Amino acid sequence: MLLTNLRLSLVLLLICGLAYPLAMTGIAQIAMPAKASGSLITDASGKVVGSELIGQTFSDPKYFWGRVSSIDNNAAGSGSNNYAPSNPALIERTQADIASFLKANPAVKKEDIPVDLLTNSGSGLDPHISPQAALIQVERIASKRNLDPAKLRTLIEEHTEGRSMGVFGEPRVNVLKLNLALDQLK
Amino acid sequence: MDFLQISLVLVLLLILAIPMGRYLANAFSLDATRLDRVFGGLEKGIYKLSGIRMTDMTWKQYAVAVLMSNIAMVAIAYILLRLQGVLPGNPSGIAAMDPLLSFNTAVSFLTNTNLQHYSGESGLSYLSQMMVIMYLMFTTPATGIAVVMAFMRGLTGQRSIGNYFVDLVRAHTRVLLPLAIVVTLLLVAQGVPQTMEPTATATTMSGAEQQIARGPVASLVSIKHLGTNGGGFFGVNSSHPFENPTPWTNVLEMLSMFLIPASLPIAFGHMAKSRKQGWIIFGAMGAMFLVFLTTAYVSETHGNPALEQAGLSQAIGSMEGKEVRFGIAQSALFTAITTAATTGTVNNMHDTLTPLGGLVPLGEMMLNCVFGGDGVGTVNILMYAILAVFIAGLMVGRTPEFLGRKIEGKEMKLIAIAILAHPLIILAPTAIALATEMGTAGISNPGFHGISQVLYEFTSSAANNGSGFEGLGDNTPFWNISTGLVMLFGRYVSIIAMLAVAGSILPKKPVPETMGTLRTDNNVFLVLLIATVVIVGALTFLPVLALGPIAEWLTLR
Repeated sequence: MLLTNLRLSLVLLLICGLAYPLAMTGIAQIAMPAKASGSLITDASGKVVGSELIGQTFSDPKYFWGRVSSIDNNAAGSGSNNYAPSNPALIERTQADIASFLKANPAVKKEDIPVDLLTNSGSGLDPHISPQAALIQVERIASKRNLDPAKLRTLIEEHTEGRSMGVFGEPRVNVLKLNLALDQLK
Repeated sequence: MDFLQISLVLVLLLILAIPMGRYLANAFSLDATRLDRVFGGLEKGIYKLSGIRMTDMTWKQYAVAVLMSNIAMVAIAYILLRLQGVLPGNPSGIAAMDPLLSFNTAVSFLTNTNLQHYSGESGLSYLSQMMVIMYLMFTTPATGIAVVMAFMRGLTGQRSIGNYFVDLVRAHTRVLLPLAIVVTLLLVAQGVPQTMEPTATATTMSGAEQQIARGPVASLVSIKHLGTNGGGFFGVNSSHPFENPTPWTNVLEMLSMFLIPASLPIAFGHMAKSRKQGWIIFGAMGAMFLVFLTTAYVSETHGNPALEQAGLSQAIGSMEGKEVRFGIAQSALFTAITTAATTGTVNNMHDTLTPLGGLVPLGEMMLNCVFGGDGVGTVNILMYAILAVFIAGLMVGRTPEFLGRKIEGKEMKLIAIAILAHPLIILAPTAIALATEMGTAGISNPGFHGISQVLYEFTSSAANNGSGFEGLGDNTPFWNISTGLVMLFGRYVSIIAMLAVAGSILPKKPVPETMGTLRTDNNVFLVLLIATVVIVGALTFLPVLALGPIAEWLTLR
């Protein structure tokens, strides 16, 4: 019985731990190489500027800002502060963020700030914000870039991804893709 | 829209679970079936390589085989983790894991818990992700499926309880591997990486350098859910955009982890030759699940009152620790499912849930039978069903019978041990942790929530769930040893006790059904079953819940 157990465990190790993942990697790399390698985005010169699926930190007022990330969107790791709803540090962070957001966006009223913009995402790498969170930054970016706000609103609309199959999940805007398109805007 | 997307997922689940239940009953049949022709070749090859003979086992032989194979698996896992630094398949240059953390990790994945005291990005080489994590992610749910099949054969009085090796192999070849291959490819098509290339480096638009960890993610994420395992490739599990990039993958992952637990009661109905019996068990679990789900959803949509007071509108709900692509509905549903199926994968941070939202995963893990993990959840609810028959029998003065077989002192003693072990291994270590410096040092959130963090860690370990209130600083000798032991007890006490019950019931002569028989396939029994679970399972935990999440809720309101 002992020998049978050991032999079976090793056979299953080879099937599940080696053959299966390697076969899957092979098929995925042949059939869908870009997605299987992490959906990387490259610029005109072929340099990697990021991944479509991974958030980046933007602090320049000329760009759309993403969500709070306690790990500064460093995708070598992932995570957040895990603040409980009753944690005083969460309240302090939020109050400080509200104050600096209002300072950078003087036209915005406090109660209109969308909640996703000033909360830490679960992964610390959330690439998306809600369409409302993008729209509320339009005035700031339009004035910094001397652009027509209507043009920016159209850009946001073009970059809004709907719910999957019209039902699942929430409408959202990919911040990195939006900012890449923003730089192309004349 | 929220109601629609939540109910659509549940309807999809039901549509998939009905044929899957029939398939499972067929796939593990003791008689020859047509499936033997499809899978027979591969299975014969595995039997031959391992020297397996397809003879029937007694419950003791079955239990010994479960334990010995599990010891072999954990030994392989431990050795690989200790040696990962010098083995190939390590392009990012990860060092060996230290002994206590290796012990905790090997035990955690062996017991289908997948509690993680490391972060996958920096703690594991690609080879370890494959040959330790993915390997155990197949073998441990397969063990659970084997055990539930043996248990159900005993209860339904079949020829024997079966052969563990045959069941274990069939769970791989007929269920887990084919499903995992399909789900892996669907995930890659949505953007989940599957590569052996090391961490990528990007120069961001702001000019900074960004490291992007990746790897053979999809092949792990698929079996993570199908096997109700729950340990993520990355630290933040399925809230990481690489593990769960779109709402569509979120739905796929939820269906994957709920499919087998939801179809097992239906398989039970087929094996008992009374489909209604299967649906009564399913109905009891389903009703409890809906209560938990509603609580989580309502609590999260109401948001965090403390942030509302700080001036941040909570109109769309509590978004701290959640991802925009999922929003409240897909996050609350995921939380309710992952702790019902005791998977333990998370798509939002449970530590940041509102107090009553956080009570839901805790409660589901405390009951440990709201569908439950692959195999073991069904074993648990059937255990409660026998207990319900016994209590009802005492109340009305009838001899307790389940499916025509008498329930007697021996079975009840074994069930009592299994039922009492669960609160004992949660509450005793929680008390010890809260009373000592070693335990309280890890708490990261002040106040009542700190109690919840400790309670959650042990509940998750005992229920073999593996999710966490992740703020807890848990990679210390105290937490690695204590949760390691709790996970072992949580898994094997009930497995062995229930195999013994199956072995004890199997040889009993069926008693003919009379007017005086308490029927177990009607709605009266459904209510009795839920009441038993709530009274026996939940009341034990009420005091500690009052100290943790309920107290936090009262202070926040």
